[in-house]
Amino acid sequence: MDAIFIIEQILNGLGYGLMLFLLAAGLTLVFGIMDTMNLAHGSLYMAGAYIAAQVHQASGSFVGAVLAAIAATVLVSWLLEILIVRRLYPRDHLAQVIATFGIILIADDGVKALWGPSPLLASMPTALAGPVQLLAELPYSAYRLLLLGAGLLVAAGLYLLVNHTRIGMLVRAGASNRAMAELMGVRVDRVFSFVFALGAALAALAGALMGPISAVQIGMGEAILIPALVVIVIGGIGSVRGAFIAALLVGLVDTAGRAFLPPLLRAVLPPALAADLGPALAGIAMYLLMAAVLILKPAGLFPARA
Amino acid sequence: MKRAPGWLARSLPWLLLLSLALFPLLAPSLDLDYYVGFIRHLLIVMMAATSLNFILGYGGMVALGHSGFVGVGAYTVVALVDGGVTSAWGAWLAAVAVAGAFAAVIGAVSLRTRGVYFLMITLAFSQMLHHLAVSLSAYGGDDGYSLHAPLLLGVGLDDAHPHVLYWVVLALAALLFTFSCRLAVSRFGYALRGIRDNETRMAALGYPIYRIKLAAFIGAGAVAGLAGALLASHNKFVSPSVMHWTESATLLVMVVIGGLGRRWGGPAGVALWLTLAEVLKLYTEYWRWPMGLLLVLIVFLAPKGVVSLFEGPRRAG
Repeated sequence: MDAIFIIEQILNGLGYGLMLFLLAAGLTLVFGIMDTMNLAHGSLYMAGAYIAAQVHQASGSFVGAVLAAIAATVLVSWLLEILIVRRLYPRDHLAQVIATFGIILIADDGVKALWGPSPLLASMPTALAGPVQLLAELPYSAYRLLLLGAGLLVAAGLYLLVNHTRIGMLVRAGASNRAMAELMGVRVDRVFSFVFALGAALAALAGALMGPISAVQIGMGEAILIPALVVIVIGGIGSVRGAFIAALLVGLVDTAGRAFLPPLLRAVLPPALAADLGPALAGIAMYLLMAAVLILKPAGLFPARA
Repeated sequence: MKRAPGWLARSLPWLLLLSLALFPLLAPSLDLDYYVGFIRHLLIVMMAATSLNFILGYGGMVALGHSGFVGVGAYTVVALVDGGVTSAWGAWLAAVAVAGAFAAVIGAVSLRTRGVYFLMITLAFSQMLHHLAVSLSAYGGDDGYSLHAPLLLGVGLDDAHPHVLYWVVLALAALLFTFSCRLAVSRFGYALRGIRDNETRMAALGYPIYRIKLAAFIGAGAVAGLAGALLASHNKFVSPSVMHWTESATLLVMVVIGGLGRRWGGPAGVALWLTLAEVLKLYTEYWRWPMGLLLVLIVFLAPKGVVSLFEGPRRAG
């Protein structure tokens, strides 16, 4: 294990963390403002990945594919919000879990009907397929650099939107105390519709960007939903800043665990045991992180509720 | 006013038990042999669902990690069979104990949180167990483990009839169901419901809130472990997918569509959900979306579960 390998893994971890942040930002606002648990958020991520892969293959334009994925997913989410999610606000978490789990089942079959059961091959844009020489001895995938850049750009944009615009102020007011915001004359339900669509756009962006470096397949939404939920719990439900820090933490811990733990364990333990223990510890690292945070700060790192 | 149930309502559970007990004898002549295994599977899942219904419906604990305990039970059986144990009863008992022990540790930590944090932390623990099972290469890792050596029931039961496991499962399911019904109307059950409805008041009345909830959680975990052990005997195969989080969600779904905190909620939900899946799979490979639609409809149209539709004006017990 040398310095180059470590830097490379840290960059990978940051990239994964930023993509998690795109998912978690929408999830945490939906949860924070309307107290609504939306398990189907992962399905929007899946939709983004599939549409982007399809459009990219058909048109050859990656930027066009990402934009099409975002537009189509926002449209789907708008229907979803009007038809189902809006009616779930006044219900308890359990009803929300059940209904949005139902949406997952419908979405998985819908994707299967449209694209078939086998995974889709999403290709990188040809201009970014090669490596970039970051340092003299550190070649790094140009596409992963794009991921980092896009993630940071969106995070900065979201920061400006939430903290320095009027709609952002309404969003924060809704997340910190919905009843009070409503009494002050804020149409919190409209703010929420906006936030839900924004969350869908971010999820679709994450799916479109992650497609070429992960598997575009049915069930990808369920797989990434759990880390995203872990992120919003660590960050504090309703806090975008918390989600950002927690997403980077989770991304780093998860990637570092997978990359560094097995070789470290091999150095101190018998090989057979290390081969079993390494992946197990790497897999549970982020859950241990969440448990540790919840023990120290039961409402997460940056609780949004007043 | 609450009417006493008629003779039909009182004898219905016994009729159900009788027909379930006779089913394997009649199945060959009706050409329904396949469904003996199907119902055996239903009965096992019903045990897990009933245990979840107990902590969720009566205790108000929204746990999204119950399949973790099912997996612990199943993997205990795997470990024992791999180590050369052949007694089914011994392996199942060990599974109950190990799952109970896991539930004690997980419950002790999780029950200090509430609401959505409880949901998340139980989910996190079951994900940890899932990752642990995936990395156990001695037991097949991700590919799972086939139980080649059969577990023996002993006392001449094993060769008595090909469906003897079915009757054992039926007897255990019936016993557990009766026990959970009794427990629900015991002092303990009422205390648990009181805590669900008003924790502060129950604390003021001097009930040890945390200990009662933990006891219920451990009991439910142990029963889920038994279900996992029986599932291992039923399938003769165990893989980490039994603890995937969607399995926990499916258990939750079955309890809610059946009827949360209702005596027949667990069994009704399991029977409805798994039978529907089985029937839909006969006709189409797209069997998930109608089930998803059913979930959305039930949340909006029958939020108290399908059992409540048959209750009429009577209040649920």
